[in-house]
Amino acid sequence: MGRKILLENIDKEGIERFDVYRKHGGYTALEKALKLTPDEVTEEVKKSGMRGRGGAGFPTGMKWSFLDKKSNNPRYLICNADESEPGTFKDRYLIEKLPHLLVEGLIISSYALGVNTCYIYVRGEFKYLIGILNKAICEANANKFLGKNILNTGYSLDIHVHSGAGAYICGEETAQIESLEGKRGNPRIKPPFPALKGLYDCPTVVNNVETLAAVVPIISMGGEEYAKIGTGRSTGTKLISASGHINRPGVYEIEMNISVEEFLMSDEYCGGMKNGKPLKAVIAGGSSVPILPAHLILKTANGENRMMTYESLADGGFATGTMLGSGGFIAYDEDSCIVRNTWNLTRFYHHESCGQCSPCREGTGWMERVLHRLENGEGRMHDIDLLTNISKNIEGNTICPLGDAAAWPVASAIRHFRDEFEFHVKNPGIVKNIKHGSLKKYTV
Amino acid sequence: MPIVTIDNHTIEVPEGTTILEAARKIGGDIVPPTMCYYSKLKGSGGKCRTCLVKVSQGSAKDPRPMPKLVASCSTPVADGMVVQNITSPEVLEARKAIVEFLLINHPLDCPVCDQAGECDLQNLSYEHGANTERYEEDRREYDKVDIGPNIQLHMNRCILCYRCVYTANQIANSRVHGVLYRGDQAEISTYIQNAIDNEFSGNVIDVCPVGALTDKTFRFKSRVWFLKPMNAHRNCTKCSGKVVVWKFGNEIYRVTARKDQFHEVEEFICNDCRYDHKQPEDWTIEGPAKLSKQSVISQNQYGNLKKPSIILPIEHRTEKQE
Ligand SMILES: Cc1cc2nc3c(=O)[nH]c(=O)nc-3n(C[C@H](O)[C@H](O)[C@H](O)COP(=O)(O)O)c2cc1C
Ligand code: SF4
Ligand code: SF4
Ligand code: FES
Repeated sequence: MGRKILLENIDKEGIERFDVYRKHGGYTALEKALKLTPDEVTEEVKKSGMRGRGGAGFPTGMKWSFLDKKSNNPRYLICNADESEPGTFKDRYLIEKLPHLLVEGLIISSYALGVNTCYIYVRGEFKYLIGILNKAICEANANKFLGKNILNTGYSLDIHVHSGAGAYICGEETAQIESLEGKRGNPRIKPPFPALKGLYDCPTVVNNVETLAAVVPIISMGGEEYAKIGTGRSTGTKLISASGHINRPGVYEIEMNISVEEFLMSDEYCGGMKNGKPLKAVIAGGSSVPILPAHLILKTANGENRMMTYESLADGGFATGTMLGSGGFIAYDEDSCIVRNTWNLTRFYHHESCGQCSPCREGTGWMERVLHRLENGEGRMHDIDLLTNISKNIEGNTICPLGDAAAWPVASAIRHFRDEFEFHVKNPGIVKNIKHGSLKKYTV
Repeated sequence: MPIVTIDNHTIEVPEGTTILEAARKIGGDIVPPTMCYYSKLKGSGGKCRTCLVKVSQGSAKDPRPMPKLVASCSTPVADGMVVQNITSPEVLEARKAIVEFLLINHPLDCPVCDQAGECDLQNLSYEHGANTERYEEDRREYDKVDIGPNIQLHMNRCILCYRCVYTANQIANSRVHGVLYRGDQAEISTYIQNAIDNEFSGNVIDVCPVGALTDKTFRFKSRVWFLKPMNAHRNCTKCSGKVVVWKFGNEIYRVTARKDQFHEVEEFICNDCRYDHKQPEDWTIEGPAKLSKQSVISQNQYGNLKKPSIILPIEHRTEKQE
């Protein structure tokens, strides 16, 4: 059995309530943290080596140390609960089941950062989480763990819950800041970075829900202890949202020292492929990361076992590797159509592009239209190279990483499954006759 | 003050200057083209990506190259920075791709577009675009809308540079002009098709790089290259009164703001000057207006003509092209 740190108490009856959470050791990490100085708390997080769980994997302690502490402006912490990446559903689960874990993590982190106002930006579609969060916040307030003069330490903090309106792009940190300010959710041009000029032009840290929740066990056990879990620079545990053609889809907490094969096959996690069908491909870290065929996801190009860690999944670069991303693990069996899947993902990015920069605004729509033709048996051979070229022209040339996130799935699908695209071109009759539910003709 | 090298030209500029502004100080062919940046509009730039350049050395302190191409209009220089614009095949290739993206949802109706001849997108594709088209899918289509009595919005042609949005926000008191929806469905709009009515609203026509916002008092009156642009002024209580009047014979067809060599408005003018003063006796003529070298209408008309620089196909380019 892998060790559970975040989800340790998830099955306890009533754990979403303050008294039950408290009975199981809740808020003791906060009490411990308040006895340390803010810098000492940051130091623990640095020592833990924990990397941000929102997708980019940037070390959290380091991010915190970039926050401009010299400025006289107030500082802000934003908890990014906009989770909209297809294939990722861990933050929602964590908030729903363990709201107090997040609230405790927010208080500790805010204390470390010298923040007195903290926002939780909740994805618009997750309306039901807002009540849960507000209830937890009220309970923490009533018990003096939050609000004015927390536990008589003189430190005060307010947490506000803010609902998004259903835009994936508002998960990008600067778009989220704009949105919180009441503006259109367009990502900002960087520099300046939020650590210097974020919300209302004040120093701001944006962290993922899971990142902030993990601060609680880091403080409880100490950064050094936390760093011993996992392997290499992938310390601690990670929540993985497993979906696709597997027996046991769901959210799993893993220690970052197990292999992809174990995660996929063991009964503790995915429980193997549904109906025993062979594995065809895996998207390991949410829809934005490159898709890998079965042989490359289970073993690296050098024949080593691929592990569920940041480093191992990235082994081989994009030629033969991928990324851990936000931990959205999607498995595809042999019956899945990669072309259709790629079209579907591209449709998502086309729909979610904010439309600020020309490569992403125009490129995502172009790729979608070409893929839609291919999928419907109306493609031509040169469309395949065209797609690769469009994705190359978007990648790296945009304001925010959504452009890259739209380009990578297309580029990787063609890199690893070119034969399937060619099949679509060569066999329009067969492709056209496969019915996948509603196949509307694409119109602009 | 930081010293920066752009395409082998070195210049010293104040702290905080962007690569683009530094390049403009050097001038000539090495100035990156811009479609969204506008030096007079706060916050503009960074969107269209036509001004992408390569930073082959970040600074003297940290000489590593920047991992991606950067938007020169929104990247500040650092001391010892080395930038490549037209000397980098990678940049030219990326720019060609950007032009292609910008043209995807552009109707290419130049033969009937009032902006033809003074259109930044036309000039950009002439200099940097590919000569074949790869896009075969449908283009987005909108109806034309009138925003106020004097301005027509033709969204089909819009490249979403946001310049008009910044103009409207920065010269009007209340915010009535913005962007609706997202992605390639995004559109410029006024609040419930409100007339933009403030005394400087007409400037959105001048800042629009394409023919998406046009002057209704001038629509289809004449091709711009048949007109003679003359600098002129009048005593105006609202603006400086310094304008360009576009004449055919003795008749004034339209009035616009004066533009500098980068095709940016020098001073915003009021609607009175723009729409309501079209009699020759309204204006004191100063002399012919200088047109930017890229402008199609500058060819054959006035002095300081410059042959358009020939952009070599990428394969014929060497790293250091003089
Ligand atoms: C298009 C886009 C969408 C994103 N969506 C999310 C999201 O839903 N949740 C999240 O935590 N981070 C998201 N991110 C990443 C954030 O920008 C940011 O890196 C992250 O919240 C930082 O948190 P961390 O350091 O704890 O990982 C997104 C990034 C991009 C470019
Ligand atoms: S990359 Fe796409 S989503 Fe990001 S700023 Fe540009 S247009 Fe918007
Ligand atoms: S209408 Fe013109 S100025 Fe406004 S965003 Fe479109 S192209 Fe730019
Ligand atoms: S001019 Fe720099 S991005 Fe548009």
